[in-house]
Amino acid sequence: MGITNAHLLNIIDLHVCRDGAEILNGVNLAITRGSIHALLGLNGSGKSTLAYTLMGSAGYTPQRGEIWFDGENITHLSLYERALRGITLAWQEPARFEGLTVERYLGFGLPQPDPKRVLTALEAVALTPETYLRRYADESLSGGERKRVELASIFCLRPRLAILDEPDSGIDALSLSDISQLIHRMAEEGTTVLLISHRDEVVALADHASLLCGGQIVATGEPERICRRYAGALQKSKAGPKQAVGVQP
Amino acid sequence: MSHFEAIVRAHEEGKGRVPRFIESGRVAAIVVNCNKVIKAQTVPGIQVSVDPLPDGVRILAAVAPGAKIKEPVHICIGVMAPEGIQRIQAQFEIGAGAEVDFTACCSFPNAEHVQHFMEGTIHVGPGATMRYHETHHHGRKGGIDVVPTSHITVDEGGRYISDFNLSKGRAGKVELTYLVDVAANGLAELHARGMGYGDDQLIVHETIRLNGENARGLAKARIAVRDRAHSEVYGTTEGNAPFARGHVDCVEIVQDEATASAVPVVKVTDHRAQVTHEASIGTVDKRELETLMAHRIGEQEAVDIIVRGMLGE
Repeated sequence: MGITNAHLLNIIDLHVCRDGAEILNGVNLAITRGSIHALLGLNGSGKSTLAYTLMGSAGYTPQRGEIWFDGENITHLSLYERALRGITLAWQEPARFEGLTVERYLGFGLPQPDPKRVLTALEAVALTPETYLRRYADESLSGGERKRVELASIFCLRPRLAILDEPDSGIDALSLSDISQLIHRMAEEGTTVLLISHRDEVVALADHASLLCGGQIVATGEPERICRRYAGALQKSKAGPKQAVGVQP
Repeated sequence: MSHFEAIVRAHEEGKGRVPRFIESGRVAAIVVNCNKVIKAQTVPGIQVSVDPLPDGVRILAAVAPGAKIKEPVHICIGVMAPEGIQRIQAQFEIGAGAEVDFTACCSFPNAEHVQHFMEGTIHVGPGATMRYHETHHHGRKGGIDVVPTSHITVDEGGRYISDFNLSKGRAGKVELTYLVDVAANGLAELHARGMGYGDDQLIVHETIRLNGENARGLAKARIAVRDRAHSEVYGTTEGNAPFARGHVDCVEIVQDEATASAVPVVKVTDHRAQVTHEASIGTVDKRELETLMAHRIGEQEAVDIIVRGMLGE
């Protein structure tokens, strides 16, 4: 796979082992600059491992392969160095912070204080600023609230690449449109989004989609087509793990 | 500079100035340097007396039944000198249905060889509420031993909430011992927060005995140690009555060569009671750290943010 200027992120033959097992088994993927790219896959297919590896999380060092970001090989850069280059990650289960207000949390990473941006971000995830700015980003927030705060914080950052690991999990159906709108807005602001999700409504936002299976990208294309393929894989996996979709040409 | 230091300095300079909020006379206040009583003033609903002892003072504070004390009662205690011993004997009597907040500021800014002992007896009457916030301001040398011991009795429907916070300067050697007996429908919450550097030692003993039906208790400790500092937290909760509910919650963050231990003890003598505990000791949580770093915050700053957040700063 060639590295072109059209692609903000290029993943080449990425292999990652965890606890002696190979989770990513030669991932090749290119993400177009300014696009929303959905990543689908069954449980255990390696989606979160890929997200953590791209971010540079401790314990997720590739055994083989390369990660190129904006023309630079970042495979050996630390998480912080990647963050400084504009990559960020919204974890599937966001961390809780004792004693840290939502207001302060949303202000992290901004080059200078920007209260207006913070308010806009909270409103974008349908959280009332008057109520939430002074609340703590700790256990007192419900799972859905914490998730929304996390998405608001990513929006505030204006990252170049936002990796969103199941941003819709724990979010009720009514709030899903808020999340979808926020992701769309991020893309409009120029953020490239790598979106890990299973929900059709969210994947429908994407310009492209890929299906990860057995630690490899087995298909990339129109989101609708990849969703159908994923649905088929899901059905087969319910019938029996051996029938789940495999590597196909 | 703490309120205490400002008051003592002003007093020594003969200016007699005290912060306006105390000067106004609208708040009850006690200011003691070593065994010297600098200020003791009261407001309606609370009686305060401070008597000097050879190496400290005896404090009596009594809140009348039903009294709602609007402003927190300020207790500024400390030792300005680099050396000395201070013994405080304190007795608090909170009348039935009364409500009062105490804000204690304990300062030892120049301590090189200072020992501070406090023996407290607190009685929270039926339906009364007492909140006690204690903040310590220590110097940078760590030459101080702080040894407070309190026995608190909470009557039926009473509430006692205390918060001990030591985060300014070196802790030195701190050994806190709190024992609370809680009657039916009563509540006790003990929060202890502290940070240790150098060879500081922080030892916390928190015991809550839930003796009455429906009594509630929480013993919570948040400690961070670095360099060669050491912390030990002993949190005990006993459920001795039907439907009593208690929880012990301890988090200790350890960095560098520091060491820590946590001993949560939960005990039930009535099968309808329930007490739980959680304790975690170790370095800063990886997920928290990486989340902040993914927000473009450097590692050391991220650690500071997490530790200071945990300590409520």
